[in-house]
Amino acid sequence: MTVRRLEPQEITTTTDTRDILANARRDTERYGLDDYFIVDVDSHHVELDSWPEILGYLDSPVMKDTAAQMMRNWPQASHLALHNHPPGLTMQDVSGRIPHQASLGEPTPDVGSGAERDVTLVRRAMEAMSIDVQVVFPQPMLETGLHPQPEVATALLAAYNRWFTAEVLPREPRIRTMLGLPFENPDACLATIEEFADTPGVIGFLVTSQRHAGVHRNAYMPVYRELERRGLPIGFHAGPNQADTMTSTMNRFLSAHAMSFVTCNMTHMTNWVVNGIPERFPGLRTIWIESGLAWLPFMMQRLDHEYSMRQSDAPLLTRPPSHYIREMYYTSQPMEWTDDKLLAATLEAIDAENTLMYSSDWPHWDFDVPGRIAALPFVSEHGKRNILGETARKVFSLGG
Amino acid sequence: MTTTTPAARDVDVAASQDVPERGRLVVEIDGTTTVGIFRFAGRLYAWENVCAHQGGPACQGRIVSRVRERLDDGQRSLGMRFDEDTMHVVCPWHGYEYDVTTGRHPGVPGASLRSFPVAEVEGRIRVTI
Repeated sequence: MTVRRLEPQEITTTTDTRDILANARRDTERYGLDDYFIVDVDSHHVELDSWPEILGYLDSPVMKDTAAQMMRNWPQASHLALHNHPPGLTMQDVSGRIPHQASLGEPTPDVGSGAERDVTLVRRAMEAMSIDVQVVFPQPMLETGLHPQPEVATALLAAYNRWFTAEVLPREPRIRTMLGLPFENPDACLATIEEFADTPGVIGFLVTSQRHAGVHRNAYMPVYRELERRGLPIGFHAGPNQADTMTSTMNRFLSAHAMSFVTCNMTHMTNWVVNGIPERFPGLRTIWIESGLAWLPFMMQRLDHEYSMRQSDAPLLTRPPSHYIREMYYTSQPMEWTDDKLLAATLEAIDAENTLMYSSDWPHWDFDVPGRIAALPFVSEHGKRNILGETARKVFSLGG
Repeated sequence: MTTTTPAARDVDVAASQDVPERGRLVVEIDGTTTVGIFRFAGRLYAWENVCAHQGGPACQGRIVSRVRERLDDGQRSLGMRFDEDTMHVVCPWHGYEYDVTTGRHPGVPGASLRSFPVAEVEGRIRVTI
């Protein structure tokens, strides 16, 4: 009988991703996951690690100079210049208890750039979790909708989108992305779609959900029409916010994260449905990302209840709101699996076997491994294959 | 139908000094089972390195005391403190936290680690698997 001391004894911020995720192999063997086509529709790389490279893609010489001066003169700004990084995000790792949230500081020998390093880290995570295609997003940039200077947010998104499409996507065809739209500026949204829609690896566009813009404003209709025309999905990627009027009363990260990661998408979904956007653009595929699932039965019941008494407030609708909600798409993480009956009812309510798409959200502190889907006792084998990859294959026209 | 259960075996995994007070040793046995051995208040405890939540490597996480919230006689919060009479290990995947003496999550009934008998004889640690 052989006994081997396991290394590392303690997983830290410098542990190799493959060692952190080694236990995922147990699920791969138990459920035969290597036999599934697995698409991870929401994962992240750490864009601030490559921030100076990204800022090099800024268009404006004035803004580029501002960034350069910040990086040179402010001791803490070398990887934050122009950014609106919310300070509460550093609470995410539960005081060092979940190290991979704070940093993937593992060695990556022989990589020459931040982009190359990111690709290496993504490949390691895909390998460890048996993932075939991974949709990769940035992290704190998903808070860009709260940037105090909208023109800076627009410029940063343009720089990031150019960097990601030039430096990351060409290195690994299994990496795909939905690029963030500079939502404060509808014309810039259209320009972004025009510039990147045909770029290999770009499979849709994203609204970063933490923002104070109504998604039903007339100014956005050309954006939705263009995405519908091109057959590209729109995603709403949620994010936390500890500083708005509701969460500002909350004294624990748990509270603010649990609520605000959902309420931002609840707000957008309410405006989206009540204003009849699905009736106006029936061919536009809509994806709600990283808000989990438990909010959806609430939304369906609450909106249906009020709509039945106030149909004149939503004259574009021909059916109750829940019917539209059931026809949209959802990423699975963080799948709130604390009560079998409640989760089963939620999956039934949203027609999960046809609308739900697996997402890991790696390397966030509440990520889900693919085995989470494979282990669901109340989903059919066909449904599991759909959730793990086949629905994403259709939604994003991944082919093959 | 007859089923056979593999006979339990005692496995010599380490010397006593390999697991200091408030320390741990995580070992892989026969390439199939990984076990974390912890020492607290002089006693040894052995748990499978598989979290009850999503199967993460619970025994390879941060070792930390339990956090408690202090209240005064009027139920007003006086803030948090570490309970130095406890020893927790935290699964690094998602933060599920376990008392190493019970293998149980302090706040989620039913969430616990699989235990293995562990003994210490003449300076050697033996685990029964």
